[in-house]
Amino acid sequence: MSNGTLEIKAISGHAGPVPGRDASRDYGICKVIDVTTCIGCKACEVACLEWNGYPFRETVFDNTYQTMPDLAWNYYNLIRFNEHVAEDGTLSWLMRKDGCMHCADPGCLRACPADGAIVQYANGIVDFNQDHCIGCQYCVTGCPFNIPKFNSETKKVHKCTLCSDRVGAGLEPACIKACPTGCLHFGSKEDMTDLAQNRAKQLREHTSHKNAGVYDPAGVGGTHVIYVLHDIEHPELYGGLPKNPRVPLLVRLWKGPLKWLGNLAITAGILAAAGHYIRFGPKRLDEHQDEDRDEAKKGEPK
Amino acid sequence: MTNGWIDIKNTDMMLIMGGNPAENHPCGFKWPVEAKRQRNAKMIVVDPRFTRTAAVADMFLQIRAGADIAFLGGVVRYAIENQRIAKEYLVNYTNAAFIVKDGFKLPEDGLYSGFNSGTQSYDKSTWNYEESGSGPAPKPVAGAPPPPPSLPPNVAYDLTLENPRCVYQLLKKQYSRYTPEMVERITGIPKDQFIKAADLFTSIRTGGDMQKAGTIIYAVGWTQHTFGSQIIRTAAILQLVLGNVGRAGGGVNALRGHSNIQGATDVAGIFDNLPGYLKVPNPADKDFSGWMARITPKSAKPKEWDSFNYWGNTPRFAVSFLKTMYGDAATKENDWAYSYLPKVDREYSWTHIWDDMYKGKVKGVIAFGMNAVAIGPNSRKTIDALKKSDWLAVCDIYPDETSEFWKSPGITADEMKNIKTEVYRLPGAGFAEKDGTFVNSARWLQWKWAAVPPPGDAKLDQEILARIFLKVRDLYKKEGGAFPDPILNLSWNYTTPQNPSLADVAKELNGRALADVEDKPTQQTMKTGQQLPGFSWLRDDGSTACGNWIWCGSWTEAGALMQRRGTDDPSGLGIYPNWGWSWPMNRRVLYNRASADLNGKPWDPSRRQVWWNEAQKKWVGNDVPDFKVDSAPQDHMGPFIMNPEGVGRLFVPLGGMAEGPFPEHYEPFESPIANPLHPQQSTNPVVKKYQSDLDKYGTPEQGFTVVCTTYRLTEHYHYWTKNNPMNVQLVPEMFVEIPVELAGDLGINGGDKVKVSSARGATYIAKAMVTKRIKPMTIDGKKVYQIGIPIHQGYRGIQEDEGKNARTIVNLLSPTVTDPNAYTPEFKGFLVKLEKA
Amino acid sequence: MNPTRRSFLKAGTGAVVASVFGFDLKTAYAESRELKIARTTETRSTCPYCSVSCGIIIHTIGDKAKNVTAQVVHVEGDPDHPINRGTLCPKGSSLMQDILNDRRLLKPQVRRPGSDHWEDIGWDQAYNEIARHIKTTRDATFVATDAQGRTVNRCESIAWNGGCTDTNEFNFLAVKTMRSLGVVFLENQARV
Repeated sequence: MSNGTLEIKAISGHAGPVPGRDASRDYGICKVIDVTTCIGCKACEVACLEWNGYPFRETVFDNTYQTMPDLAWNYYNLIRFNEHVAEDGTLSWLMRKDGCMHCADPGCLRACPADGAIVQYANGIVDFNQDHCIGCQYCVTGCPFNIPKFNSETKKVHKCTLCSDRVGAGLEPACIKACPTGCLHFGSKEDMTDLAQNRAKQLREHTSHKNAGVYDPAGVGGTHVIYVLHDIEHPELYGGLPKNPRVPLLVRLWKGPLKWLGNLAITAGILAAAGHYIRFGPKRLDEHQDEDRDEAKKGEPK
Repeated sequence: MTNGWIDIKNTDMMLIMGGNPAENHPCGFKWPVEAKRQRNAKMIVVDPRFTRTAAVADMFLQIRAGADIAFLGGVVRYAIENQRIAKEYLVNYTNAAFIVKDGFKLPEDGLYSGFNSGTQSYDKSTWNYEESGSGPAPKPVAGAPPPPPSLPPNVAYDLTLENPRCVYQLLKKQYSRYTPEMVERITGIPKDQFIKAADLFTSIRTGGDMQKAGTIIYAVGWTQHTFGSQIIRTAAILQLVLGNVGRAGGGVNALRGHSNIQGATDVAGIFDNLPGYLKVPNPADKDFSGWMARITPKSAKPKEWDSFNYWGNTPRFAVSFLKTMYGDAATKENDWAYSYLPKVDREYSWTHIWDDMYKGKVKGVIAFGMNAVAIGPNSRKTIDALKKSDWLAVCDIYPDETSEFWKSPGITADEMKNIKTEVYRLPGAGFAEKDGTFVNSARWLQWKWAAVPPPGDAKLDQEILARIFLKVRDLYKKEGGAFPDPILNLSWNYTTPQNPSLADVAKELNGRALADVEDKPTQQTMKTGQQLPGFSWLRDDGSTACGNWIWCGSWTEAGALMQRRGTDDPSGLGIYPNWGWSWPMNRRVLYNRASADLNGKPWDPSRRQVWWNEAQKKWVGNDVPDFKVDSAPQDHMGPFIMNPEGVGRLFVPLGGMAEGPFPEHYEPFESPIANPLHPQQSTNPVVKKYQSDLDKYGTPEQGFTVVCTTYRLTEHYHYWTKNNPMNVQLVPEMFVEIPVELAGDLGINGGDKVKVSSARGATYIAKAMVTKRIKPMTIDGKKVYQIGIPIHQGYRGIQEDEGKNARTIVNLLSPTVTDPNAYTPEFKGFLVKLEKA
Repeated sequence: MNPTRRSFLKAGTGAVVASVFGFDLKTAYAESRELKIARTTETRSTCPYCSVSCGIIIHTIGDKAKNVTAQVVHVEGDPDHPINRGTLCPKGSSLMQDILNDRRLLKPQVRRPGSDHWEDIGWDQAYNEIARHIKTTRDATFVATDAQGRTVNRCESIAWNGGCTDTNEFNFLAVKTMRSLGVVFLENQARV
């Protein structure tokens, strides 16, 4: 194993301390997606598929340039296309690479009951390990961005690994490398935050995008994938990017005060029923957001 | 490109028009984006559709396909009216000050002086400069044919630019008709939007300040018209008026389409050239010297100025080429085997191949990696022409439409029996299996290495061609036949003749000394057999051989410069002098002398390309000076060394352009309106129709009211990637992009099957993509719809073979009609009818 | 410092687990895949699609030793290349599937006049037949002089169609051979 830069920070369903944690300095990494220079070419989609070796999948025409309606278990990132007409009649064609945000406070990991199925590395990568996945899909419910996807044949859940194998070997993720315009950029979280903020500032000062800003939502503790948007007030225009993403209340309860209940549930073998309930339960509980914000901030990584 | 991909990062202003680089050249497009990021450069995109390039632009204007000259002419007018011009550049580096002959007439009525409506051609004798200081022209000798018109050696000029017959005043007059109102009528771009764009683009020359640079970026959206070359001319005029040519971040930049069509043009895989843009011999050229006399220009300039006139060296290039072709069989005594070259006095361009074949004259075709049926216009005609051929040899890596024309959709079993063509399909090698060089659009020659052997029984293309040729040669050796001399004497001295090493050929293209050659000024000598270091070494006495003079210097005694991988860029301008090799002589920006003022000082001290070093008495710089290095600024040598005038041409004299010295807006051959400038002369006067029964042209009166344009998608590549599962996955089905309003009129929903038809009779069927990205337009007061069709559907491919699409080709719709200068077909802006299928 | 809920939980049971599993667990959890290009052979090539001419690296298994036929496992952009700097578009990124493609033509074929199918043909026979076709057509139609008696030495009955990914060197071989045959219908993708 050549993953010299992969120190573990958190492990799903794991009782006890995280082995190796804090044994060395954090190398927080980050991917910037500057949608203002995204040309929707889908090089990132292909680079991802090629690197991961996923085979041909059937797609159909759907009156759009978008490859398919949603991500899939073997399709980790997808450009979402949206023809948007502003109030003054100006047309814009918004393109956003959708995929795992690698949250600092990952709802998927919080929700996951299987020991080691989801690990969070100190560098910020949230990675799924299918060998330990029990297929309960709690992670799907836990994700405020609707990212993890279930493979019904293998009963395993998959999502973007931020190419942990490449990053572990000192390479950048495949999508980052491929991106022709450099709308994707990779580096330390600190550097990428600077880069994104500077770009947003440039857009505000030198272009017509006076509302440009950086999307790095606090509700999930910040993310290791951040966006530069032309209009930070309206992230939902970009193919439904949530304005204030939060780990769903039920997941927070389940992994918090009600954890014992969850454990009981597993022991009692009522996993399927609970999974179904949580899976299809309400995902956004806006009315609870205010009271939960303070707590979420405490959960932010240093 | 005059400049290069990376150089675009140096720009302050971009006009992207007739090209869609974000979709078609994504990795090159990083440099326009870099200019936005690093310099706050502005990007203006003008296109019939809101493309993925438009998605990241600062300003987008939707133009009617084929109205580009009107737009650009309007910008030229705006620049002149508002004095946003590069005055010193214009006076000294262009022919603005040159006086044009009395009798020359501008095309207010759509026609320049000298038109003969019977022959549909021009007598171009008035399209010339006034001779300076001399008396009347010599009287013609009675009985002798008049000599062909030529440029005067001493051109009359007026540096005040006030003479009403000086080029500048004529230019001003020519485009005075291109008012914002007229631009709106022709292009469909609302007047105020046009003015905003013209103001923004020309803002780099506000107050005549020369520091900033603007670039124009285009591709086949400009070339594929019946006036394509003239669109590019208009762009060149605009760039000369603004003083943008030769400068970092400036230029007129053709993106070109494919990996090696720049190289194919350079080495003359086309009928009208020989390698290095030498003009082919004509039957009227009695001998080698006659040919040279016709194609070697003499300098024509103001007496006090100097002109390098580099084409004056043409005989050196031509003799060296013939020595490469025929070796010892090319001698001074036999006129360098001049008789071996076929003589050309008519057009043999792409569309003529199929016209002549359809008439039964062309009997055999050899196609290497070229899918004629799908790629050319009027596919029906190409297929029907092939049915009349005796034989066809296709070398490719996938089954394609051309090799299977005999079983194309619609051909019955009975009909198949009557197709007598013998078709050979030869499995060639893919790119990863071959070495050799491509030339990119920045003129870089780059060597690639083979990674794997060809699969199965497939073979390297060069082996296939060599073996066929050597068999032909053997047959002529054994049996004799028609004029066997050039075949028997063709130089073929490769280490392995039946499978030539491409390194051998690359060295042959560079050229070598056949005897000791001395360079007098430097007293250097190249010994017999040595690779030549550059084209200044070429001789017209048979002592040098060179396959393509513009590539001379690419593989020298120092080795294969096109294999270099140096990543240093000391100037920071993106020159990368040690990466690969760029023709000519590793210069990265053409005409870079024009990046400095009259005294040889860079216009912009922060982007220094070349400059005059007074101490060394020569031109030096970060780039290789594209100039005579020891010509001091006070000699006033023009920076445009390939023109006999030495300066850039706002006005193209004599035979330079088929339809006139300045571009004029003409309507596409099939147009929804009559030309608002001159309705009686609506289309290009020198364009010729084809006459076969399959060449029909449509009008709005026949119901063909929708303007159609065709293009590539990022996710696909012509008719090639329909064999690649990954690309098929990204865009599985082809579509027709239809404005929401038009779809509403016709009751079409996104995903419905639609049928597009043209006067050619055939139909194209695909799914509707109903979009806001193409809006209805008002053209000369008339509501006009445009639709767009990506070209990637055929009848062989992953989806085609599974019956998942209609197996129709979009070029069934396009007309056989071409640009009279470049002979490129009009794939953009023809008329169709759209229906729900 | 206020401990968060999570850090509290972890601290609570930490000592036990660490003592049982120690740091060995780290490897068990950090199970990302082996880097698939860790020991491949890299060949520098040029993307065959558009005119940007991006540098690419073709990764093959086998170190080019004599007893190995290289097998492509991955294609990626060449980070040294000054223009693309490692980037690739969706077509360039999928080049592996162009190289390894089960639709590739693998043997020479011929469709005989009037036939409705392809037949296999040996290379040598194909070369011989094509050469014979060329000679027959050329000899039957060669134009040595035009109507005005001027030498033209041209063959107007054979056309050459060159492709967009033909290398410069191959194109020059085409120019040499075709011009020597007198071919004037010498055309290339460059035109269309």
